[in-house]
Amino acid sequence: MKKNILKNSAVQSLIASLLCIIVGLLIGYIVLLCINPAGAADSILAVIKNFLNSSRANLRVKYLGNTLVKTAPLLMCSLSVLFAYKVGLFNIGAAGQFVVGSCACLIAALGFGWNWLFCLLFAIAVGAVYGAIVGLLKAYCNVNEVISGIMLNWIGLYAANMILTGVKEPTSPYTLHLTSEAPQAILPSLGLEKLFNNNQYVTIAIPLSILLAIVIYVMLEKTKLGYELRATGNNKNAAKYAGMAEKRNIILTLVIAGALAAMGGAFLYLTDYEQWSCSQSSVPGMGFNGIAAAFLGGLNPIGAILSSYFIQHITNGGAYVDLTKYSSQISDLISSIIIYLCGFVLFIKYAINSGIAKREEKQAAKQKTDGVEETGKGGEA
Amino acid sequence: MLLLLQYTLVFASVLLLVALGGCFSEHSGIINLGLEGIMVLGSLGGALVMRFFSGLPAVIMVFAVLLGAIAFGMAYSCLLGVASINFKADQTIVGTAMNMLATAAATVFVKAMNTAANPNDVSSSIQYIEPKKAFLLRFGGFEFNWFMLVAVVGLVVAYIVLYKTKFGLRLMACGEHPQAADSVGINVYKMRWAGVLISGVYGGLGGICYIMVSASEWKFEDGVAGFGFLALAVMIFGQWKPTRIALTALLFGLFRALASVYSGIGFLAALNIPSTVYNMLPYIVSLLVLALTSKNSRAPKAEGIPYDKGQR
Repeated sequence: MKKNILKNSAVQSLIASLLCIIVGLLIGYIVLLCINPAGAADSILAVIKNFLNSSRANLRVKYLGNTLVKTAPLLMCSLSVLFAYKVGLFNIGAAGQFVVGSCACLIAALGFGWNWLFCLLFAIAVGAVYGAIVGLLKAYCNVNEVISGIMLNWIGLYAANMILTGVKEPTSPYTLHLTSEAPQAILPSLGLEKLFNNNQYVTIAIPLSILLAIVIYVMLEKTKLGYELRATGNNKNAAKYAGMAEKRNIILTLVIAGALAAMGGAFLYLTDYEQWSCSQSSVPGMGFNGIAAAFLGGLNPIGAILSSYFIQHITNGGAYVDLTKYSSQISDLISSIIIYLCGFVLFIKYAINSGIAKREEKQAAKQKTDGVEETGKGGEA
Repeated sequence: MLLLLQYTLVFASVLLLVALGGCFSEHSGIINLGLEGIMVLGSLGGALVMRFFSGLPAVIMVFAVLLGAIAFGMAYSCLLGVASINFKADQTIVGTAMNMLATAAATVFVKAMNTAANPNDVSSSIQYIEPKKAFLLRFGGFEFNWFMLVAVVGLVVAYIVLYKTKFGLRLMACGEHPQAADSVGINVYKMRWAGVLISGVYGGLGGICYIMVSASEWKFEDGVAGFGFLALAVMIFGQWKPTRIALTALLFGLFRALASVYSGIGFLAALNIPSTVYNMLPYIVSLLVLALTSKNSRAPKAEGIPYDKGQR
């Protein structure tokens, strides 16, 4: 009998993710219809098209570059979330780790005048320490990592605002431009910008983030450490019984997750694509979108590359809606609906599996009755 | 000093209400990480009432606003109920998604509403300077806020319902050992739905309370600054018991109040500590408190585990 491709768990994840995306976009469209039916179809298409909205080919390539520049940090945040989730930890603190990473690289670049490599390493180190706090609290004090993560998100935000006030522009709440004040700290581009119509923000951050996704994949699936970490995630007590250091594994996981998210912060701010606003009153959404990307990608690092791009694609696309009628937050709405739907992924897989099982049972029953009839006929003749 | 007391009491009211909401939901066995989102929607409900019915007499106004907040909070908590009870979804993901969804949805909605009223207005805020006065009573230097009373009533109701009624004891049984509860004829799904909906009521009330004590105009893009999670910390420190939650809420309320009024208190202002430190204080304190108390946590045993009738 031919093997049903629906039984493959990768195919199931893909179907579930596509279903989440389609339903998410549909709900987004309905919301637009409710607000103002006149331009809803155009606006939702504009969100989906993103950079394809521009009429000139060279601009399109440039805007694709802009989307990719923000995809790299998002991918890092989603890797951070998914890596921790594989070990049974929900790293909502990725947002805070992203913040302290951004803060560390900016202060290293503008305050200490370090070059890009040291800025990046400094951000990674600070993020790792920040992640370790959550890990230590979880391992030794049994503190729920979600709640401690949220607390650290806010502490990180206030601390970053306070520290970066030292290197901000005198007349605005934004930090100084790296291009003019600390050009040594900008990530090298190795000529990549030529591919994107001289988009100066395109740097090695983009290939590096993809490389790290592959590294994480190999580490989780093909190494002893990855196996131990996943075992700890599946059953902490069983892992402990099998002689794995479950406390060490929890802390190590959050150290790595923190480092990944902080690297995301460095990948964004060391390109000078954005400036940090020292008066922001809410934690940047990058870390939270990372959660969306991690789950939409089926908790697979390679899937995360695609899903991060998709989330960033519609987030950037939000700017193209008809702003006289709608607000650009419509894309935040769509991505949060997608995460909500990701909660149902297990149910979708269960539905697919039980559907297949039912059909196979029916077929088996049918074959059986067919067989009986044939032998019956044979008996008559 | 009177000002500090007043702010402590109002912030404690917010934390108490939301933490009691979390308490009901967790006692029924559902971890409600979406409290933050429920607060946002509850505050939206109350704010809409104040915007569209601003001419009501003071007493009716108070009740209308509370009802608006309750209705929105309850309706929004259904998202958690459907996903985590009927579809057995991961409660952590759903709760997190609800928090993000609430801010995004409220922002989109309020912006659409403002733009429809005035095409040049693209802000995401609703202002309620006039209706807010219905909630305040002045006693000399002390400003009494009706929400303080709401919080006390909420506390008494929660205590009686949880410990003195059949319903409350059954609800708690579903969070401790749902299979055992089911075996004696309690409908676990219904009880969990009840827990989630009640947490929606309390969360919604806490949300409207939060925005009304913080400002006279609310920008919905900002959400509620992690208060839903602070309330969860209060709940854990309060060991899921209403009376202990109330005392913890007062302590946390004090730290939050310091951020608002420290400049008016002589010796604190003289210390010259940057205001950011005071803003961070509630979060730092809650981390420390959690570190000290989580080890011997008395959390409901079956919380976070979807109930499946087939698994006995």
